[in-house]
Amino acid sequence: MKSVNSIDKSMAQDAPTRKSVVCTQHERFLGGSLLHWVGRNSIWVILIVCLIGFSFGSPYFFTVFNLSNILVQSAFIGFLSIGMTLIMINGGIDLTVGSTLALCACLAIGLQQYGLVVAITGALGAGLLLGFLNGIIVVKTGVHSFIVTLGGLIGIRGLVFVYTGENSLSATNMSFMNFGMISIGPVSLIAILFLVFIAFAQWALSRTRHGREAYAIGGNRQAAENAGVKVSRHIVINFMVSGLMAAVAGITMSTQMGAATPNLGTNYELWTIIAVVLGGTKLQGGAGALWGTLGGVLTLGVLRNGMNLMHVQPFYVLVLLGVVLILALIVDKQFNNE
Amino acid sequence: MTANAAQAAVSAATEYVLEVSGVIKTFPGVKALDEVSFDVKPGEVHALVGENGAGKSTLMKVLAGNYKPDGGTIRHMGEPVRHNNPLEAKERGILLIHQELSLVSELSVAENIYLGSMPLKSFGRVDWRMLNEKTNRVLKDMHCSFRASDIVGSLSIAKQQMVEIARADAFHCNVVIFDEPTASLTDQEKEALFETIRKLKAQDVGIVYISHKMSEIFEITDRITVLRDGKTQGTMNTADTDADDITHRMIGRSLDSYFERAESEPGDELLRVEGLTITGLIDDISFDIRAGEVVGMYGLVGAGRSEVAETIFGIRKPDAGTIFWRGQPQQITSPKAAMKLGIGLVPEDRKGQGLVLGMGGRDNTTLPLVNELNVFGFMQRGRETALFDKYKKSLQIRTTGPKQPVVNLSGGNQQKFVIAKWLATEPKLLILDEPTRGIDVGSKSEIHKLIARLAEEGLAVLVISSEMPEIMGISQRILTMCEGRLTGDFSHSDVTENKLLNAASPQD
Ligand SMILES: Nc1ncnc2c1ncn2[C@@H]1O[C@H](COP(=O)(O)OP(=O)(O)OP(=O)(O)O)[C@@H](O)[C@H]1O
Ligand SMILES: [Mg+2]
Repeated sequence: MKSVNSIDKSMAQDAPTRKSVVCTQHERFLGGSLLHWVGRNSIWVILIVCLIGFSFGSPYFFTVFNLSNILVQSAFIGFLSIGMTLIMINGGIDLTVGSTLALCACLAIGLQQYGLVVAITGALGAGLLLGFLNGIIVVKTGVHSFIVTLGGLIGIRGLVFVYTGENSLSATNMSFMNFGMISIGPVSLIAILFLVFIAFAQWALSRTRHGREAYAIGGNRQAAENAGVKVSRHIVINFMVSGLMAAVAGITMSTQMGAATPNLGTNYELWTIIAVVLGGTKLQGGAGALWGTLGGVLTLGVLRNGMNLMHVQPFYVLVLLGVVLILALIVDKQFNNE
Repeated sequence: MTANAAQAAVSAATEYVLEVSGVIKTFPGVKALDEVSFDVKPGEVHALVGENGAGKSTLMKVLAGNYKPDGGTIRHMGEPVRHNNPLEAKERGILLIHQELSLVSELSVAENIYLGSMPLKSFGRVDWRMLNEKTNRVLKDMHCSFRASDIVGSLSIAKQQMVEIARADAFHCNVVIFDEPTASLTDQEKEALFETIRKLKAQDVGIVYISHKMSEIFEITDRITVLRDGKTQGTMNTADTDADDITHRMIGRSLDSYFERAESEPGDELLRVEGLTITGLIDDISFDIRAGEVVGMYGLVGAGRSEVAETIFGIRKPDAGTIFWRGQPQQITSPKAAMKLGIGLVPEDRKGQGLVLGMGGRDNTTLPLVNELNVFGFMQRGRETALFDKYKKSLQIRTTGPKQPVVNLSGGNQQKFVIAKWLATEPKLLILDEPTRGIDVGSKSEIHKLIARLAEEGLAVLVISSEMPEIMGISQRILTMCEGRLTGDFSHSDVTENKLLNAASPQD
């Protein structure tokens, strides 16, 4: 449908009779390019508006301490949103991220009896493996990733309970717990790690062959296949990236808390999808960027933190976040329809 | 002694770039290809013709590595080949330009041309400089007016097709297959395409050309192979045969007449539009259609014909003007409102607007009728199937059964279902936008007969077509459009090709 629409538009522009009209309308449209920029980066505008708003709303908001706090709090959803963005550009979705996060967090702590190296590699390996399984099932069966990972979401959460026996696990290794506390200047190492990862992923998305092929697969999978893109391999890789990112989120989260609970990361898949969609990535694939995702992640973090500081009741926070999401998408659609 | 040298030695021994023998391909319920054999010489244009569903696209997809054959051999430059995927075929030198364009509209021209094998630097980084340089060289070779960095979605269909053809140059292909390439091109764009094909021919590229338009086949091809029900019906030199012979081989009988005009006397006025205007698209359009009348609308692609149709059908909102239905002014604000009055529209873009691809032919046919065909919410399967059978027969649709998903049908058969769907609503006025594009000659004449018959029963028909013989052959009255304006209104008895062309061409 989408590609058909864009072809329609292009035909309209190409027809000689219409060209003149289109141009004059554009010229009359003063400040068109600024609006265009706003339309494409609306999430950053929303973020700035939120920052300004909350700065007036609470004296504690615009402080170095609070802002770096927001950054750390956002980092976990942020890690997950990196993999999610790649998969959504492919036209898929990964609902297992929250459960995978929990399993990897529990492994990172539970395996510490065998040494830190085993614990960390074990957790990362589990993330990669789960991502691989998701990807393989999706490409081999042809079942939509929504369904496959919905099963994974439940199944992996079950595994977490099996592994922990419904108990919380506490870290025993001191250097593990210290890691979560390290910061460079006012910025936590975890936040820096997230920013580095997302910058790298954005670079890969726009500069590497794998990245460009991601758009091709989401934009027109048949065309990508016809051109010889190794679509299956590509999709499996992106699911593995997503699994790996969930593991990183789980490990960093458990270092920060010094513990892991079996309920860790519940509903995180939803928050992640919200952040990615806010950032302008389309559910139907073919479009999106991590630059926007970063904006979405930060906006989500700022909204939650700001409303907390302003003592909005927790349940109202959820209501407001829901409203914000829908509003943002309506605004986005309005701009894209122009 | 390298592989290349060996290849050259083999190719010297054979006069064909491509030899296909005994290729078999079966889908569940259909033997799409039944021991097909044909060959292509370097520097020739070889036409492949056949009814909708004869297996043309399937054969080409086998050659291009999209499908694996169930049997038979394919030789490329004398050497047996078996491609595992389209990239392998392309890198060997066989390129297929698909019936539905196969491009990613979000990516640039350069990325699309080299999709799947972009030039790389270390760490999998795309070598943009090299990519753009290579692309610009190819585009310059082909005298293309767009650039490597243009986004494909912003180009016209004709230019998008050039992007696909550019792959032939980029990959040094010596076999290029065109699957109905002119279906959505204007006459000028078609001429440009033929120029390109002649250029490829001069470079000793072997070309396979699929089309349902006889005039094109006799203009551009050197040999013709006819395919029927997945079997070859012989190969002839184009110079030694004629359209009747080809048609006979294709459909197993001769066509007495290609066109049929309704004999009915037009009745009362049904639809009248006055001063219909959409700024920048259509300008002050006024005309009327009477019951039982077949009105043709001719014009070049982009003249605004589809926009007029869409406005009447309530898809577009006019900025000015009035639509009268049986003399009463009407506000047609949605397709639903239009359907309620008794207007049906078979749109130009059938893939996008016409069909639910995953659904079967029966359910697609009865989709606009769900309200009429249910009793307390339960669909009346029997009546649905009866409708399906009726249109399957009258439109000669090739499908294995009412449940076969339309996505698995050949391009032409999908289009027939869109027509069936609108006929099933039994409208008073039917607007057909390019109704026979991509439809084989036999079915085409069936559709023309059907239009005439329905008009004689009192249906008013507005046919939009870019095919002059079709418009002249079936219409009682012909309207011409050019650059958004209505430029002529001719009766069939005093119209000539020249008059139509003049009225439809921009005068400056
Ligand atoms: N993927 C598929 N699955 C099942 N059947 C298929 C599939 N593709 C094609 N077919 C069937 O194979 C037959 C040949 O189809 P094909 O597309 O090759 O016809 P064609 O000659 O190109 O027709 P057209 O002129 O309408 O494009 C048809 O009966 C079609 O229904
Ligand atoms: Mg076909």
